[in-house]
Amino acid sequence: MSQPNVIKEEQLRQAITSRKRPERPSALTTSLTFSSRALLRIKHVPEQLFDVTVFPIIFLLMFTYLFGGAIAGSTSEYLQFLLPGILVMTVSQITMYTGIDLNNDIRKGIFDRFRTLPIWLPSALVGALLVDMIRYSGASIIMLTLGFILGFRPEGGFLGVIGAIGMILIFCFCLSWVWTTLGIIMRSEKSLMMVSFMVLFPLTFVSNVFVDPQTLPSWLEGFVDVNPISLLVDAVRGFMHGNVTVEAIGWVFLSSAVFLIIFAPLTMYLYRNKK
Amino acid sequence: MTNEYAIEAKGLVKVFGDQRAVDGVDLSIPKGMVYGFLGPNGAGKTTTIRMLATLLQPDGGEAHIFDHDIVSEAGKVRERISLTGQYASIDEDLTGVENLVILSKLAGYSRKEAKERAKELLVAFGLGEAAKKQVKNYSGGMRRRIDIAASLISTPDLLFLDEPTTGLDPRSRNQVWEIVRTLVKAGTTVLLTTQYLEEADQLADRIAVINHGKIIAEGTSRELKASVGAGTLHVQLENSDHQEKAMAILQEKLQTPIHSLPEGGSLSAQVGNASLVAKALGDLTNENIPVSDFSLGKPSLDEVFLTLTGEKTEEKEEKK
Repeated sequence: MSQPNVIKEEQLRQAITSRKRPERPSALTTSLTFSSRALLRIKHVPEQLFDVTVFPIIFLLMFTYLFGGAIAGSTSEYLQFLLPGILVMTVSQITMYTGIDLNNDIRKGIFDRFRTLPIWLPSALVGALLVDMIRYSGASIIMLTLGFILGFRPEGGFLGVIGAIGMILIFCFCLSWVWTTLGIIMRSEKSLMMVSFMVLFPLTFVSNVFVDPQTLPSWLEGFVDVNPISLLVDAVRGFMHGNVTVEAIGWVFLSSAVFLIIFAPLTMYLYRNKK
Repeated sequence: MTNEYAIEAKGLVKVFGDQRAVDGVDLSIPKGMVYGFLGPNGAGKTTTIRMLATLLQPDGGEAHIFDHDIVSEAGKVRERISLTGQYASIDEDLTGVENLVILSKLAGYSRKEAKERAKELLVAFGLGEAAKKQVKNYSGGMRRRIDIAASLISTPDLLFLDEPTTGLDPRSRNQVWEIVRTLVKAGTTVLLTTQYLEEADQLADRIAVINHGKIIAEGTSRELKASVGAGTLHVQLENSDHQEKAMAILQEKLQTPIHSLPEGGSLSAQVGNASLVAKALGDLTNENIPVSDFSLGKPSLDEVFLTLTGEKTEEKEEKK
């Protein structure tokens, strides 16, 4: 038997009668506190980094060697075209896990406590999303490093790569709110995964990630051209290849803003009124 | 201090689908007491608490916590309350101290103060040695305690405890009771829900019995017990062949329905007046019906509850 946990009445009385009430913390403080919580979770459950480490590596290798010969004639040429696209695809697919984490937290009851605290309510979500930015950056760096080893040479140089990652982070931050919305609505992790895949698969595959849209039938090309993933890929390719246009950047900002404006308030509304 | 009540509610209603989970609950709970919600699963206890703790918006009625409206002044309400829900709201993957440090920071403590506060609470709750272990390795009682500790980082004026001892062994249960008593002595009002009649009896100054979303009785434990009379008489006959005759005699003397329990020759009755019992037992002897055992128990909250909700005695026996 382990040593019994003794409660001493005097100690208990002192600890729970401290009437000290510190100043209400700022929105920034609470958001960063939730970020530190997410980092601690990574420390204790490092497996959750699989999605940002192993995934990108497998994806890049798989698609480069699977499609390279057939589509572009050689893998090294295809890599120049593919890497920006597959980077976008992988990171936007990873955003899905934001919703799954939230869904888990809600079902475990942890959010009941957060929601009864007198703090800026969105900070729980914003804090988690900030750490996700780190995860997305990590995934990007891993893929780019591997791509570089395989022979990818960005003509846009270092600044182009930084610009490309910046585009991805902005877009993914905004896209994540779609998953937080779904994470609150869906009752189980399974159904959430299913719906997330149903949205993500067409969105990422029916895009310009793998092929030039001009080879597609016109009705499909129409969809690919307005697909926000395609818009992001255009900007990311532009940055990496040193020929980005203001128009391409504008489209990314616009589609990101649309996601954010619709889904961030929707998430907060659902979060506040969760049953 | 303009108002002596911690909680005042009028006609609270919450509807889920076509079910009225909470169906017109009125409450006036004075400051500084332990108030118990007693009721079976699905009675509406948790839903009521979640509305009062600003987690759910009521579909009807209104409620004030320390004079603040739970809907329009939810932020002010949250500054005064704390909730320990039925399910542990602690991150299992994190250690005890990490959990409390995060919550202390959210309460507004600086990093250094947060660490001190977390340590102080862990030691006080008998978790000092487990501070650096992941919470998933805690026993049920330890989890419950850290969960309650997490609610007390800034001592709340009102604490909601939703089934604080469900599933705990007796020792852990007593520790939770001790914590509640200490907290109340220090001036916090506690609203707790429980399925255990003994718990309500031990802890609560006043009790509301809830069933199907309605409060069906309210009062002190003593008042509730008094409402069902002097107690229950149990009689065990030596020979179950005498059962029918014995029932007739008792029925006549006690003027109350006699129940026969499943085991042969075992009878019970709710008795309004204890002095009738002696006469009734005397009559059994006069009729040559030997009694092997009898007892007159004071009414338990079990009996109060069963009388009020109309559940049958047999079910109660099965539960035990």
